[in-house]
Amino acid sequence: MSGIKALALLSGGLDSSLAIKLIQEQGIQVYALHFYTGFCITEQKRRLGIKREDGSPYVNPALRAAVQLGVPLEIVDISDEYFEVVLNPKYGYGANVNPCIDCRIMMLRKAKEIMQERGYHFVITGEVLGQRPMSQMFPTLRLIEKESGLEGYILRPLSAKLLPPTIPEKLGWVDREKLLGIGGRGRKVQIELAKKYNLEYEQPAGGCCYLTDPNYALKFKEALSVEGSITREDLVLLSVGRHLRLPSGAKLIVARNEGEVNFLKGFINRYGYAKRQDNKGTLVLIKGLPTEEEYPTIAGVVCRYSKREPAEVLIKIGDKEICLWAEPLSEEILESFKIIKEKVHGVE
Amino acid sequence: MELSDIKPDVVHDVVGTFCPVPISETAKMIRQMKIGQILELIADDPGVVEDIPAWCKTTGQEFLGLYEEDGEYHLFIKKVKEL
Repeated sequence: MSGIKALALLSGGLDSSLAIKLIQEQGIQVYALHFYTGFCITEQKRRLGIKREDGSPYVNPALRAAVQLGVPLEIVDISDEYFEVVLNPKYGYGANVNPCIDCRIMMLRKAKEIMQERGYHFVITGEVLGQRPMSQMFPTLRLIEKESGLEGYILRPLSAKLLPPTIPEKLGWVDREKLLGIGGRGRKVQIELAKKYNLEYEQPAGGCCYLTDPNYALKFKEALSVEGSITREDLVLLSVGRHLRLPSGAKLIVARNEGEVNFLKGFINRYGYAKRQDNKGTLVLIKGLPTEEEYPTIAGVVCRYSKREPAEVLIKIGDKEICLWAEPLSEEILESFKIIKEKVHGVE
Repeated sequence: MELSDIKPDVVHDVVGTFCPVPISETAKMIRQMKIGQILELIADDPGVVEDIPAWCKTTGQEFLGLYEEDGEYHLFIKKVKEL
């Protein structure tokens, strides 16, 4: 129908792209929103200098999808508010530290504001009924709709026929008959449609959010229980390097590659650190105050992760600089410092 | 037109930020500018080389070109329509 404009939430995954395609096919003009939460995997890969197999940087999936679909894309930065939600989600976490319900509510509230300000008629999403355990069950979809203030105005083209008719369908802006009734976790129909529309998409399907990563969640919960609080900087550091907790409560963050060494270098003015005197190998960031008895251990960690050979190590904590000769730390001792789920309260 | 001849109306430095921040920053600046004005974006995220031209394409802005110097990318974007 001409003159009708829809606002779409576009993650860049296949489902949100198909949702747009189905609505475009009905002659409706679509404008896409992509939300930046601060927990984006592409951002993290680029920050650490991780490249694709062919050596090129990872592309922003939403932007790539928008180009294919021919829709304007706006990136909406909600990272400030999102930080609060990650620490205190009203509706709790999913399997990891993903506050999916709060996240959807926040994005849709923002979409409502934009819809009203700029005269869009309704909002579309790529949600599929029953696909995700936390946020895509029927009662949850209803809750999200109500909390975002968009009751009746959220159309999910992929699952529309399994859901009650929305206002755009009732008013005849959208032909319900041409929408789909996909439900559950299977991807077959979507993959067929991608072929039909000639859409390229990321494989495997997955979010762009590292809060759903179990290893990240483990480090997050451990840090919260040991340190008592988490800052925005912590949220970024939790996604980098190998994390070891010393008996004193101090934490070591060990860079695993050159990209991580470069990234952690950005923090050495504000944190303690340790590295080989000759600068070969890793960089270890020290968070908190280790005891003096732990200095040889820290030096041993540096040697273990820098060519696994004895070396002269420099440790800098505050104004103090210590140089010591160390052997690589034994695997047995190292194991005892690793953050594993058995040690973290509340992680199964 | 050579890139060196371009006189940007606005220069915005986003060095140290990564995808999608350079894109949202570009949008923010373009929104504040007048039609016909040129933005020079300076970034060190290598992904901008693909992202910014793609963003210009989706939003109908004109991408004029880019050059790299010491690991920093200078990208030139002309505002041709309101965002």
